[in-house]
Amino acid sequence: MNAIAAPARRQLQTPLVETSPFPYNPGSLLSGSDLSLEGVSQILTRATALENMDSLVRDRILAKRRVALLFYESSTRTRTSFELAAKSLGADTTLVSSLSSSIEKGESLKDTGLTLRALGAEAIILRHNSSGAPWLLEAETRLPVLNAGDGMHEHPTQALLDLRTILTHLRAGLTTVTADTLAGVTMTIAGDILHSRVARSNMLLLPRLGAHVLLCGPKELLPELAAHVGPGITIERDFDAAIGQSQAVMMLRIQAERLAGLQLDLEEYKANYQLTGPRLAAHAPTAVVLHPGPIIRGLEVTAGVADGEQSAILEQVRNGVAIRMAVVERALTAARQGGRA
Amino acid sequence: MTALAIRGGHLIDPAGGVDGLKDILLKDGRVAEIAGPGKLKLANGAEALDATGLTVAPGLVDIHVHLREPGQGYKETIATGTAAAAAGGFTSVAAMPNTTPVNDSPEVTRWMQAPERGAAVRVFPIAAATRGSKGETLNDYAALKSAGAVALTDDGRPILKDNIMRETLTAAARVGLCVIQHAEDTRLTQGASMNLGPVSFRLGLRGMPAEAESGMVERDIRLVTELRDNRVHLHVAHTSTAAALAAVRQARRSGLRVTCEVTPHHFLLTDEHVGFYDTNMKMNPPLRSAADRDAMIQAILDGVVDAIATDHAPHAVHEKEVEFENAPNGITGLETALGLSLRWLHREWKMPLGRVLSLLSAQPAGLLGLKGRGTLAVGSFADVVVFDPKAEWTYHARETRSKSRNTPFDGWTMQGKVRWTISEGRVVYSNPA
Repeated sequence: MNAIAAPARRQLQTPLVETSPFPYNPGSLLSGSDLSLEGVSQILTRATALENMDSLVRDRILAKRRVALLFYESSTRTRTSFELAAKSLGADTTLVSSLSSSIEKGESLKDTGLTLRALGAEAIILRHNSSGAPWLLEAETRLPVLNAGDGMHEHPTQALLDLRTILTHLRAGLTTVTADTLAGVTMTIAGDILHSRVARSNMLLLPRLGAHVLLCGPKELLPELAAHVGPGITIERDFDAAIGQSQAVMMLRIQAERLAGLQLDLEEYKANYQLTGPRLAAHAPTAVVLHPGPIIRGLEVTAGVADGEQSAILEQVRNGVAIRMAVVERALTAARQGGRA
Repeated sequence: MTALAIRGGHLIDPAGGVDGLKDILLKDGRVAEIAGPGKLKLANGAEALDATGLTVAPGLVDIHVHLREPGQGYKETIATGTAAAAAGGFTSVAAMPNTTPVNDSPEVTRWMQAPERGAAVRVFPIAAATRGSKGETLNDYAALKSAGAVALTDDGRPILKDNIMRETLTAAARVGLCVIQHAEDTRLTQGASMNLGPVSFRLGLRGMPAEAESGMVERDIRLVTELRDNRVHLHVAHTSTAAALAAVRQARRSGLRVTCEVTPHHFLLTDEHVGFYDTNMKMNPPLRSAADRDAMIQAILDGVVDAIATDHAPHAVHEKEVEFENAPNGITGLETALGLSLRWLHREWKMPLGRVLSLLSAQPAGLLGLKGRGTLAVGSFADVVVFDPKAEWTYHARETRSKSRNTPFDGWTMQGKVRWTISEGRVVYSNPA
């Protein structure tokens, strides 16, 4: 072996990772990381303004503008609230879902996107079962693309509406946020973290405002890797200890459709991770309880907790419409104003 | 046949220990003579190339390419794939058997080498180890070898069963062929589309653990050890993890005939380069962690790695313009291997030029027993690459000679511009300054 003295590892220059070209369109919202904190503040502020606006005035903001909703997965909350949000700004919406379109015949996402653009869509709201699909759609169409949930990856409008809910409860409805707005706030996210795009979007966004995120769940649904995704994230497997430190607790559904053969003992799961009335009273009597839905009552939360005084679940749904009004408006006006939020 | 002289160049032949200003004469497809500058006696009218300021080296040898024929000509043909090889300085390519049908027969093996395929450089078929690469029934290795197969593999579909792998190693050793394993325990990689790590978690993609590779390499090495037959030769394809390299290193210390190759993308890129779901960063094995990538560099520098191979794997544009999880694995590599190796291994990491060239020619040729290839010794095949070692250039996928353009290196700076590629005495690529 003709060994030579190799340079020490730390001295090696290696190829840099190029800066991401995304988003191509300043109106897009693909990931929470597309937004600066100033951009987040603008959306929160605008959500409140639009919510309080006279509906006859609001209705003219996007009059006759065309927004397509492209849904490859079923959805109640997200689809309806995006649709209501766009319509309440006066936009025309059209829904394309994978089960009643040429997608069933094998049309690719690229072709579906180009077709919608040719039909006059000025923005596309995409829900897709594959992580990363919105990036592909945006690259191919260059339209504003709003990520309404991609696979196990992100759900940025959900994180924004969760943030609005948290700010209402813990910061008196503040809408201008900075890097220390949530300093001292701890939020537990519990349950099926591995398969959850809501968890990823929240754990990436909240620490940017100074919050500390505790992840809680069994190893099968919460690998150790999760703690390395970003700063301000810790794993706490003891649910009582986690909620005991938290001012906000977000419960997640077990995503049966993504388990891929994984077997779970549900009785054991409930014993360890179900949020019950007694548990909440004993460890987090003042925390605000969130859940992105759909809720499986009796599994991750009891009916009593879901309907209880600490629950902000329906408030989250209402906040969804306000946030999505702001995001849809931004999608259709950012390009004209130029520059990224 | 006409003679061709290459004069004025700096000749580097790692196998022959030549490194200096030399003229070389090619005649009848072979290297006829090597002489000091100006010392060649040329017949009247003999052709001569002026290689002043250029490096003259053995034509490069890539022991891991997918030429897609038979059956997948929309991705690549033997003609287009070898044209890309010639542009990259390669004069010998060993073609993987995952074609349609799988190359598990002497007929397909011969078909791939037939003159009608229009190959620009020499194609050496690697035949399937088992029928249909299904990992169940061994093929007739003697027949495959006499049809021209130079190694055996079920590339892309690793042989999982211990007894089948053991029989494969034994039967291959009997006919003097090496077994190339794509080391992946596919039971651990179901539904996964990139390396398992913080990046895959953040991107919401299912990941392939490093253990899926290293575990299979360790299993194979255990089988080789148990066989106690020094004719057995295991070659680990596209090694990508530090743990797999450690296993190879250990096997070599124990005197086993275990070799390995590393691709340019695995010694340059990491899973962070996947960015936002760039399907041209998707291949199998996947881009790994920075620690794994650094281990590849270190192992190349300290001599554990036996060859640089490209795993050139063309796919049509429409196949890669899909959701990341749905995109096929693989990237092209024949046109970028030399430029990247010189740019990074040689210039950046200070590996001597001769050693870099050896990893791209003499060593891979020796590994597969390709006689007269990867060297410029008198009498060997007149396979030569002439390149400008100082020239910097930018690679543009749109200019590729391959039928596909699925490269992660579009727009990258390369070093070392190929001026001529000569295959068995014929100029098959030229790009004079």
